[in-house]
Amino acid sequence: MKKIEAVIQPFKLDDVREALKGIGIDGMTIYDVRGHGRQKGHKEVYRGQEYEVDLLPKVKIEAIVSSDRVDETVNTIVESARTGKIGDGKVFISDIAEAVRIRNSEHDDEAL
Amino acid sequence: MRKTTIYCLVLLGLLATPVAAVAQDGIDTGDNAWILTSSALVLMMTGPGLALFYGGLVRKKNILATMMQSFIMMALMTVLWAIYGYSLAFAEGSGPLGTFVGGFGHVFLNGVGMEPNGSIPHLTFMVFQLMFAIITPALITGAFAERMKFSSLLLFMALWGTVVYFPMVHMVWGGGFMSPDGALPCLDFAGGTVVHISSGVSALVMALYLGKRIGFPSEVMRPQNLTFSFVGACLLWVGWFGFNSGSALAADGLAAVAFVNTQFGAAAAVLGWLLIEWIRDGKPSMLGGVTGAVAGLVAVTPASGFVGPMDSLVIGFVAGIVCYLSIAVVKAKFGYDDSLDAFGVHGVGGTVGALLTGVFARVAIGGTGGLVEGNPMQFVNNTGGALLTWVFAAVATFVILKIVDAMMGLRVSEADEIEGLDISQHGEEA
Repeated sequence: MKKIEAVIQPFKLDDVREALKGIGIDGMTIYDVRGHGRQKGHKEVYRGQEYEVDLLPKVKIEAIVSSDRVDETVNTIVESARTGKIGDGKVFISDIAEAVRIRNSEHDDEAL
Repeated sequence: MRKTTIYCLVLLGLLATPVAAVAQDGIDTGDNAWILTSSALVLMMTGPGLALFYGGLVRKKNILATMMQSFIMMALMTVLWAIYGYSLAFAEGSGPLGTFVGGFGHVFLNGVGMEPNGSIPHLTFMVFQLMFAIITPALITGAFAERMKFSSLLLFMALWGTVVYFPMVHMVWGGGFMSPDGALPCLDFAGGTVVHISSGVSALVMALYLGKRIGFPSEVMRPQNLTFSFVGACLLWVGWFGFNSGSALAADGLAAVAFVNTQFGAAAAVLGWLLIEWIRDGKPSMLGGVTGAVAGLVAVTPASGFVGPMDSLVIGFVAGIVCYLSIAVVKAKFGYDDSLDAFGVHGVGGTVGALLTGVFARVAIGGTGGLVEGNPMQFVNNTGGALLTWVFAAVATFVILKIVDAMMGLRVSEADEIEGLDISQHGEEA
């Protein structure tokens, strides 16, 4: 099992969810987050007082998938979240040791 | 037959009504209706108007405390006004002191009843003036937002009302030395000096005395919800018709002039502020627009019953630009933390208004001419009155701050400030 964490542009969330649904991935957790990578922030001015806002709003998608579906899932996210501009985000993949479904104690792939 | 009788009764009623309207012990019901309505409008300026305007500008952890600082004036000042405030403002004073502060003739509203004061009941006049006594201290709270103890605020404001506001009212409107027949007759129709300079300058002294918020100016302290500020500012604009037009104390032609001047001053100030902001900062902001409106409303306040509508356009436009510069340039240069710009809008806007009233006053409107009509003395008087108010408000505020500071301290603890005033002062969250 792998955990896929994708930080994407907030306005791309619906596209990504549709695309994941299309390949049968419909379990995920969504976070509203703020952050930045190479993308610089923007300037805000209140009554002449200037602020550099370098933490920008992003959405983080977290999905756990069985190991044989990782490439397909990551490609789907990358394709559907891409605009080609700086600030599109990143995808991180890591190992998951165990998973348990609380309702009936199913384990691992069956629990996903 | 019965129908005819009813018609006759209705007709009699119609004939009788206007007679009753003017003949009721010298009270004009139209005037009374307008001033009571205006009183409600002016109260609305504080809550929810100012509370929303200020509340939207602070960080989320302080919004309830900030709204509460405005709202509590609706209770505190009302009680003080009822017990002795109205008396110190409007009762006849005795001896040489009587030119600075009223006497005790109306303590506990003694002698203030339904009988006419002008063409309205004395109670109507009293309650209209009360609403000004509520919003004036509430305006100051913008200067020390996000760092003052609620308990200290209560004591400070009770003393400030007693020592600064009630005497100021007496000096300018209650027969004191800045009244029309006093030694230094100043033109202040609805409170440019009494309300805005006094509160704005006191605000500056408080911002300097209390010091900066933790993290100012390096930390980003952007407004948490400008939507609130927008609604608050628009409510202020509407309420200001009661503030200025109601100050005619009648529903007459002068009230109409003040009403129109209020609208024109605000409109021109919006354009003035946005113009200079667009040039200097690159974008015309919503917050800039509504702040400009308030600055224009402040500046046109003393002028509203003395100048013509075209003069108001000029006054508003100038106020929009000058207030912007005082906040974006002067404040930044000196680095004081007037958190929500109570001084920049009310102190500066009020001063612009007081001076320009001395310039643009028209005999045809309020009976007195200003600089443009060849009466430079009026400009001198208004400048002198503004200057005196600056000094009086600054010194008195400083002394009161010293006293309250010595008794109970002024600022919340560092931990409380970081946690936020909502939790630390009021035990609740928005």
